[in-house]
Amino acid sequence: MMAQENAKVFVIAELGMRGTERVTLQLIGKARQLADEIDYGVGVILLGSDLADSEQELIEAGADLVLKGDAETLELYQAELYTAIIVKLVKEYQPEILLLGSTSMGRELAPLLAARLETGLTAHCIDLAINASGILEQRIPAYGGMITIICPIKRPQMATVAEGVFPNPVLDSSRTGNVIPIEIQDGISLRAHTLEIVREELMGISLESAQVIVAGGAGAGDVDGWREITELASVLNAGLGSTRPVVDAGWSDFDSMIGQSGKMVNPDVYIGVGISGDLQHMVGITGPKIMVAVNNDPKSHIFEQVDYGVVEDCRIFVPALVSALKDNKAKPD
Amino acid sequence: MLKIIVCVKAVPDPKEADRLKIDPVTKSIPRLDIQLVLNPLDCHALEAAFQSRRKYGAQVTALSMGPPAAGNVLRECLALGADEGILLTDPAFAGADTYATAFTLASAIRKLGFVDLVLCGMVSSDGSTEWVGAQIAAFLDLPVVTRVSEILEDQGDVWTIKSDYENGYRIVKLKLPAVLTVTREINQPKALSFSGILKARSKQIIEWNLESLDLPAERVGLKGSPTCVSELSNLESRRAVEMLEGTLEEKVDHLIEILTNARAA
Repeated sequence: MMAQENAKVFVIAELGMRGTERVTLQLIGKARQLADEIDYGVGVILLGSDLADSEQELIEAGADLVLKGDAETLELYQAELYTAIIVKLVKEYQPEILLLGSTSMGRELAPLLAARLETGLTAHCIDLAINASGILEQRIPAYGGMITIICPIKRPQMATVAEGVFPNPVLDSSRTGNVIPIEIQDGISLRAHTLEIVREELMGISLESAQVIVAGGAGAGDVDGWREITELASVLNAGLGSTRPVVDAGWSDFDSMIGQSGKMVNPDVYIGVGISGDLQHMVGITGPKIMVAVNNDPKSHIFEQVDYGVVEDCRIFVPALVSALKDNKAKPD
Repeated sequence: MLKIIVCVKAVPDPKEADRLKIDPVTKSIPRLDIQLVLNPLDCHALEAAFQSRRKYGAQVTALSMGPPAAGNVLRECLALGADEGILLTDPAFAGADTYATAFTLASAIRKLGFVDLVLCGMVSSDGSTEWVGAQIAAFLDLPVVTRVSEILEDQGDVWTIKSDYENGYRIVKLKLPAVLTVTREINQPKALSFSGILKARSKQIIEWNLESLDLPAERVGLKGSPTCVSELSNLESRRAVEMLEGTLEEKVDHLIEILTNARAA
């Protein structure tokens, strides 16, 4: 069978400041695995401008078919235009599964697509698998456990996944695939017109690449308590992470949130301060060699999930730790 | 005068919500008596509506779908300053996923006739999907901007909007009517006032059920939801913890030793 007829597991590609976003390649890698199980091909929808041969990397990551829309109007993500193009392609190619990254674009585009395609969508999955009936099982953490969500009847089965949930695929330069150019109509008037997208270089240590992460939670108590945790991260030269309550309280911004609906991280050392061990946060941390928790409640669930535990009020413990670390640094070796 | 709908959600009090846990034996989530409160980000959506009302005049309607107990949350919206509150409540609405929820809310907005603006909090504290605002826009065929952090220009019906985007932001020119979902950066909501609470006493909460919305039962609630939960499972803890004992200083020293061995300090 021709690959374009057989491609039933689709990924929406996303381009960032430096080419294809990593989450796109990770999703293609996962799509390849899912597609092999149900004997289908992998399709990718790639929209942008001046794309040159950027489809090559998608094929090397596992795509059999790339539907490529290359036009000036697609340079920036435009919700209405992208939705209209992708809805048309999905109706034509009828994929079984459609995956997007849990990025700013994906979080807006995915629900628009699902509503227009009259199908289900699962947010920020941390695992995807095909069950015995050939249905996509979409796992999310909730209520201290794991929930499996399925979309039994409607198609495509749609899910978003954050960067870092699935590994980077090994690129295979010998793979081949079909590339089909999509015609983009000119002069579509947009009611919501994105004029510019500004992405800043990150200050400090990025969470995704940090070897040590200090993450603070509601136990910080207030802005001053949060500042102490910031100081600890700084002294340890660590990335600074947070939980949903911290973001809700306004002590830190959304980009610092670790967990299912935030960032997925894989440090060597994780230090959780004033964190309750809520699964939505904990699933965001994969594979650290050492996990440490500081919490004033000896019964906190965090202590079931770490290697070393300290029962102390973090507002007392963190300043003491920071001060001792600074003294150590001041001492000659 | 603008007509603004603010969609709000009654969520389990976030301070208590982590008590909701999957029962290891029954694999279900036991019902607990946790109070329903106004979803934190929805306060910012309400405040954005009030700011437009102060500048240009507006009728602000708070709209929610939920159990009858969600009426208290709408009453809070009235006390905060909403002109009216509408609760979509019917046993048929129960078990809705985001698709069915957005479809039902959109049907109610359509019933209200012309609107200039629909505002939502970016995300709910219990569902954490961010889907509903965008899906309401899709069902109403309105443009949407999610994660709005600032309204730069709001004169006439073409607004300029700033919204969060990965490690940065985007600027969008937006033709009203439209749907916006807002972040906490957009404004500083005012606290409940005694006079607001008094004023709210004379305001009515309108309740609409399946029949009022004239929707087929198979389009709402669990039946109208494309997705369903197929399994709940527990996770076992995977690490054996060693608790650091002793005085504060001893614990600090011990932790520094651990971090030093791990080359983290």
